[in-house]
Amino acid sequence: MADEVILLDFWPSPFGMRIRIALAEKGIKYEYKEEDLLSNKSPLLLEMNPVHKKVPVLIHNGKPIAESLIAVQYIDEVWNDKSPLLPSDPYQRSQARFWADFVDKKKIYEVAKNLWTKKGEEQEAAKKEFIEIIKLLEQELGDKTYFGGDKLGFVDVALIPFYTWFKGYEIFGNFNVEKECPKFIAWAKRCIKIESVSKSLPDQDKVYDFVVQIRKKMGIE
Amino acid sequence: MAANQEEVKLLGSVNSPFVCRVQIALKLKGIEYKFVEENLAIKSDELLKYNPVYKKVPVLVHNDKPISESLVILEYIDETWKQNPILPSDPYQRTLARFWSKFIDDKIVAASVKVIHTVNDVKERAKNVEESIEALRILENELKDKFFGGEEIGFVDIAAVFIAFWIPLIQDITGLQFFTAEKFPKLHKWSQEFLNHPIVKENIPPRDTLFAYFKAHYDSLIASK
Repeated sequence: MADEVILLDFWPSPFGMRIRIALAEKGIKYEYKEEDLLSNKSPLLLEMNPVHKKVPVLIHNGKPIAESLIAVQYIDEVWNDKSPLLPSDPYQRSQARFWADFVDKKKIYEVAKNLWTKKGEEQEAAKKEFIEIIKLLEQELGDKTYFGGDKLGFVDVALIPFYTWFKGYEIFGNFNVEKECPKFIAWAKRCIKIESVSKSLPDQDKVYDFVVQIRKKMGIE
Repeated sequence: MAANQEEVKLLGSVNSPFVCRVQIALKLKGIEYKFVEENLAIKSDELLKYNPVYKKVPVLVHNDKPISESLVILEYIDETWKQNPILPSDPYQRTLARFWSKFIDDKIVAASVKVIHTVNDVKERAKNVEESIEALRILENELKDKFFGGEEIGFVDIAAVFIAFWIPLIQDITGLQFFTAEKFPKLHKWSQEFLNHPIVKENIPPRDTLFAYFKAHYDSLIASK
């Protein structure tokens, strides 16, 4: 029986991008369904994620999986014949889970949002916090090529999507991430050279235009 | 010392529901460990060394390797010691267990704890009570068997120890009733079964001490207004 895999997503969502990368890494054929979050939520979304009513939602043979890191782990466990995203050693797995959870706990998306929606003190505070988070991640990366070691792993997949939003952060936040965190940018550039990553992520310019559009909608000068 | 002797240490605090989760899991699997009570006001060098990122408990240290974050620790314990599994073996069921445990942390624990901290802000407090009730309602609908894990306690039940033991405490301290048997018959029944489970019963902290500790904290918040 052929697997039916559907991804309910919204193209600029960093959380959706994680699942796209995981599916691409494993070579899984799937149907991409765009939810336009700027208009009404579809009946399918409300049916598949009644608890949070959010994207992304992975649907495998009719069964929904919400929460991007949970979906990526599911993909890794079901399609375990190639490109493992989590290491096999339990301790290494725990560290990968810890750091992926860190990315979410630190709310990079929300902190960075203040970079392009706020001004003055609030914006400066967001900038400081954002750089602190990235620096801590740089420390964890150390001399490794990827967080996963020699190849793309769980933490890389969790983190790289935010890189597509950097142009907006830098222009509106008035700073340069590469200047503050060169190792991080070097890692990001290595990641986007990987085919499964580059074909899953939108262009930085396209995301920037989206940020400009949202700011206009929010009435921000 | 034998070359392959396991050394399992748990840095914790008797008052913490997150530490409690780890203790239940360790005891369920019959794992011997050393409990180190941390003074969270004066963090030990060991805590800072083993959890430099958050500087919090619980931290499980296994053969000198530290793991932090209670749900991450639970997964590690389940993968390392295979007896009495706490996560299901089916990938989709595992996904559901992870989803609901995260839901408990993000929606129930977060809002309930804020109920205590918003004692001096009526509007904020009401908002957090509302959020807790809404989240509990969703979880109530989700409970289908004796336990979230089915006939036996599992990952979600262990994560939900906060609901069974700490929420009633929050109610007694604040005088606010939001997790009642009338509103949540299934969850209430579940919490009785859960707290009576032989392993759980032995591993929850003494209620009086916990009550005194949180009441003192609560009173100090009121006094600081």
